[in-house]
Amino acid sequence: MTSATHGTPAVAEQVGTLDAPRSPYMRKKTTRGNYELYSWVFMRASGVVLVVLVFGHLFVNLMVGEGVKAIDFAFVGGKWSSPFWQIWDLLMLWLAMIHGTNGLRTIINDYAERDVTRGVLKGLLYLAFTIVVVLGTLVIFTFEPCPVGADPELLASFCTA
Amino acid sequence: MPTAQGGTLYRGREGMWSWVAHRVTGFAIFFFLLVHVTDTALVRVSPEAYNAVIGTYQTPIMGLGEVGLVAAIVFHAFNGIRIMLVDFLANGPRYQRVMLWIVLGLFVVTMAGFLPRHLMNVFGGH
Repeated sequence: MTSATHGTPAVAEQVGTLDAPRSPYMRKKTTRGNYELYSWVFMRASGVVLVVLVFGHLFVNLMVGEGVKAIDFAFVGGKWSSPFWQIWDLLMLWLAMIHGTNGLRTIINDYAERDVTRGVLKGLLYLAFTIVVVLGTLVIFTFEPCPVGADPELLASFCTA
Repeated sequence: MPTAQGGTLYRGREGMWSWVAHRVTGFAIFFFLLVHVTDTALVRVSPEAYNAVIGTYQTPIMGLGEVGLVAAIVFHAFNGIRIMLVDFLANGPRYQRVMLWIVLGLFVVTMAGFLPRHLMNVFGGH
């Protein structure tokens, strides 16, 4: 970077960080990776899947039969005794929580201007994410549809059959 | 909040307001999700505990809350598809406005299918 063709010494100093001629164009030169790109792609990919999962969930739980009035322990027992609904709900839990947490991360980044505020809010967000995802996953896989000693009236019909 | 002196990029109309609505509905749905996973976790406590809490979802006030929840989800879902079409179709940005009106039309149709059924379940009969 000593070439006289770069103009005055002051300018030559400024262009000291320029890339060599004909090096490939780089939009940014930081080494922070493509995290935001992947998060952008994830929002769209998970969004498509979530439309199917959530609409199916709402249809089965609110539209079929007596809708919300039919939901009780026995209803959940009936659903989660089938691996189909276990995997459906597990996928929905994880995708919705990552999708939602990433959305809230964006909102916090937009509106919380002080570094400390932003850090605290995102710390709480990630804490809530961890608790809810771990709790939900454990519940789906450790659920007992026919607990011993429970009132049979409250259980799914296959528990007493 | 916008603080730039020369104004901000978004200046109202369909583009900005759909963005605001997407953000508000997403924010609300997220907090319902936190509550909903927690109340469902009560199935691990006892059938009685779960039934007691899920019973509150069947009251008229919560029934109306579910209308709001479903409305937020339906808008967020259809507008999310619109965002993807704006992003990925070559002519997407040109049709963003007309696509918002399609989103709102589909929203009305979907809610027209959901509302009578749900309100009958919540308010009708026993």
